[in-house]
Amino acid sequence: MSVNVYIPTPFRHLVGNRTNVHANGGTVRDVLRDLDSQFPGFQAQLVDSSGELARHINIYVNQVEIENLQGETTQLKDGDEVAVIPALAGGAPTVMTPEMVDRYSRHLIMPQVGSAGQRKIIEASVLIIGAGGLGSPVALYLALAGVGKIGIVDFDVVDRSNLQRQILHQTADIGKAKVQSAKETLLAHNPNINVVTHEMPITSDNAFEIISQYDIVVNGADNFATRYLVNDASYLLKKPLVDGSILMFDGQATTYIPGKGCYRCLYPAPPPPGMVPSCAEAGVLGAMCATIGSIQATEVLKLVLEIGEPLVNRLLLYDALSLEYRIVKVRRDPECPLCGDNPTIHELIDYEQFCGSPIGHIG
Amino acid sequence: MAINVRIPQPLRNLTGNQSTVSAGGETLLACIAHLDSSYPGIRERVMDEAGQIRRFVNVYINGDDVRFMDGLATPLKDGDEVSIVPAVAGGA
Repeated sequence: MSVNVYIPTPFRHLVGNRTNVHANGGTVRDVLRDLDSQFPGFQAQLVDSSGELARHINIYVNQVEIENLQGETTQLKDGDEVAVIPALAGGAPTVMTPEMVDRYSRHLIMPQVGSAGQRKIIEASVLIIGAGGLGSPVALYLALAGVGKIGIVDFDVVDRSNLQRQILHQTADIGKAKVQSAKETLLAHNPNINVVTHEMPITSDNAFEIISQYDIVVNGADNFATRYLVNDASYLLKKPLVDGSILMFDGQATTYIPGKGCYRCLYPAPPPPGMVPSCAEAGVLGAMCATIGSIQATEVLKLVLEIGEPLVNRLLLYDALSLEYRIVKVRRDPECPLCGDNPTIHELIDYEQFCGSPIGHIG
Repeated sequence: MAINVRIPQPLRNLTGNQSTVSAGGETLLACIAHLDSSYPGIRERVMDEAGQIRRFVNVYINGDDVRFMDGLATPLKDGDEVSIVPAVAGGA
């Protein structure tokens, strides 16, 4: 088997300063042996005093760390890419414990995720607006995936009428702060993560401070004022915003990347109060939350992993009754007051006044 | 001329709960007028007093937002699909 081996900078002096070299062997161990015969002294750089592969060296086959394959006995085939990566002193690498390797094994086995991708997930920080119908499945799936820092903003307490759809909360949680109930549920599912609770309404006064602590924002708000506020703050801080909304049997989802359109490009102004009912007024099928929330969680993970095509410039429309998904185009509006060619919004405004309705419940 | 019009959940009380209805019209404006004659009340839910599409309602023709075409004057042809999509804020 002839494989291509990527040589990192610290070892290039051993191989004539080349970035890639060819080596032969049926397993990783054979390839390392072949490299040492081609480039004497190579293997000595990789092993510790007992002759085992040193712990600061990771070897990847087609982007999957061999710890997640069969170690040094991992079989190779012609054309495989092998990379030898030492931990560098600048910045501690994320350490995956054996428990984590086991827990995330269904991610690790996929070449699109692998060890490198799972580390990106572990190092990611995501803010979820609202621990309600959408926030529940989003938070749960991101926690299970191992997102290292999950922030949740909500100032509400758990009500019995939430339990028909808000899977973060259970009957015994009635009366408890939603962020607290959410944190307990998420940590019970995955103790490896950090859950940060923001038990307060998100407002023009605190939005920048809260959102700036995270890489990606997920909207699960239940009112227009919060949706415009989160849109504006995320855009002004240049954070991707994964949006979703539900009502009765209909759902919508899209992803806003700063500079490629925003919520104001899609809907320039909110409806007058009372024109479009809320979930509390018109109802929502509980299972709808999982459909749209799962799409939002998937979008977050795609952004973190930098894989696939995000739902950017596209609005997904889901009609549960006819069971149809449709996609319509979302364009950046050159006239948009926030992200257009001549923006007039440079700071957060009074969103309750803009929408003619209070921020109220957010999730 | 047969145009398929997708009706969103909040407007289905006007269409006898139908999610798709058929309408005619050479332009979007004519199509909305035709719809309103069959299902009275639709026009005022989609258009404001000034005769413009409401700013929290989007209308798409075959997936393209009419605000980036000719708005209400956008021409329609047989078999086009018109979707009416209002902003929805629900998340709880």
